[in-house]
Amino acid sequence: MTRVSTRVWRGILVAFCALVALWLVAPALVVIPLSFTDKPSFVFPTTGFSMRWYENFFQDPTWVGSLLASLRVGLLVVFFATICGTAAAVALTRSKFRGQQAVRAVLLAPMIAPVIVVAIGVYAIFLRAHLLGTTFGFVVAHTMLALPFVIIPVTVSLQGFDRRLSSAAAICGASRWTSFRQITLPLIAPGVVSGAVFAFVTSFDEVVLALFIQSPYLQTLPVKMYGSVTRDIDPTIAAAATLILIFTTVITVAVAIYFSRRNHAR
Amino acid sequence: MAVVNVRKRSTDMGPDLIRTRRLESWSRLGLLAPAAALLLGVFLIPLGVMLWYTFTDPNPGLENLTWYLGDPVQRNVLLRTFTTAITVTAACVVLGYPYAYAMVAAGPRLRAVLTLLVLVPFWTSLMVRTFAWIILLQDKGPVQAALSALGFGHVALIRTNLGVVIGMSQIMLPFFVLPLYAVMSNIDRRLVLASSSLGARPVTSFRRVWLPLSLPGVGAGALIVFISSLGFYVTPALLGSPNDSLISQQIFTQVNSLLLWGRGGAMGVVLLGITLVILGVLMASARILTGRQDERVE
Repeated sequence: MTRVSTRVWRGILVAFCALVALWLVAPALVVIPLSFTDKPSFVFPTTGFSMRWYENFFQDPTWVGSLLASLRVGLLVVFFATICGTAAAVALTRSKFRGQQAVRAVLLAPMIAPVIVVAIGVYAIFLRAHLLGTTFGFVVAHTMLALPFVIIPVTVSLQGFDRRLSSAAAICGASRWTSFRQITLPLIAPGVVSGAVFAFVTSFDEVVLALFIQSPYLQTLPVKMYGSVTRDIDPTIAAAATLILIFTTVITVAVAIYFSRRNHAR
Repeated sequence: MAVVNVRKRSTDMGPDLIRTRRLESWSRLGLLAPAAALLLGVFLIPLGVMLWYTFTDPNPGLENLTWYLGDPVQRNVLLRTFTTAITVTAACVVLGYPYAYAMVAAGPRLRAVLTLLVLVPFWTSLMVRTFAWIILLQDKGPVQAALSALGFGHVALIRTNLGVVIGMSQIMLPFFVLPLYAVMSNIDRRLVLASSSLGARPVTSFRRVWLPLSLPGVGAGALIVFISSLGFYVTPALLGSPNDSLISQQIFTQVNSLLLWGRGGAMGVVLLGITLVILGVLMASARILTGRQDERVE
């Protein structure tokens, strides 16, 4: 009796999870076929097959320009956020000082503060400073949003780091920088790498702040997509979305391979 | 004063160790400076500017806040924002709890599949997913077709609050499932076995043992979902109706279209204030609850 009811419960759970799983992947499942439709509409299920929306994407300078802008901003954000975030994480874990909790809270605050609230303040300042639609403005604003996503994984890695190793390096005569570069950095690399990936995705994906600080001369890909969705029915956006999907999947798989190799090496 | 303390404590270690173990204040400052400067320039000062506008634009005084709190339209928007965030959170709990449980209970291969299925949307761009939901929920779209095939008749989805909730819950679900999974996978499953060997039926041992132990994960996940949902902009703007707008859309309109900085600022202050209060209250209550649990264990 109880065995039967456990089996029934398990069946219900499996069916339920299958439905939730379908719901989770449904968006990816519609975007890809839609990008190959042969009609200039969002009708789904699609008919026919054509590559014209991809041709459109790569021939339209505004789409290609926004993709390049997103990549440029994203890579610069990775560079600055990883360096600043790692440095901050080192300072926060390796020393104790007054006001440390407050500093940590402020550094992590961009993660929970509603982006729209930060965005109007940034917009006001950038408007005065003539930073709207500049790469500098995008990089600075996105680096701020990305910092917590670097600080958190790097802090976790540093907490698992045996500090006697840096002491040993110091006893062997290594300067603090040498010891960081040769001992600490290789050991906390997983945290730094995941922080860098998070930083890239945060910038590459960000819409709300970007909508405020964009200009017709500099639009990132999400901003261009937002404009396209609100203005016209054009499956080129499905091609753009599919390209983003492929791109993020490649990054995720590459990182997953990096981590599994690393674990095997141990 | 602090320097004196440091020197006192450091006497029991060798001088070489002190140098590597404790960064001196100037190098700590150097390490923190870039991040702090960024936060100051594009986070704290902007928030300050927003506060300044709230109380000065167009005239000095409280007029923006009194306008906001007195306007019935804005009160409705705030209420709708809250009910939407609560509905999304509830949907994530109902859909995510069994899913996280299945992730823990499954064998390694099924677990890998289930984890991958949560991570796919987690990594998929928000803009891409919102666009996909426009396709899915559009009139005569796949979801509507499926619903009418099941006999629900014609259900309006796009440009309704229901559509917004469906899209937002899908987008937020990974943020609920992942922390809950982390908590559940740390639960000692022998406790459940122990309770059933003491004669508890499966339902009882779930209710008395598993559920209380997994609650911290539910709390953490629900908190993230609720707070993010309060400030959501893109998804409600694209899936919802302009007549049913949420607070973030109102802020966007006030500042970007109407250039009413003071009013937009006032709404931003209210949204930020609500977020901080909820966060503070929930974290304090979590601290009290875990404190009590510790006492019980002792």
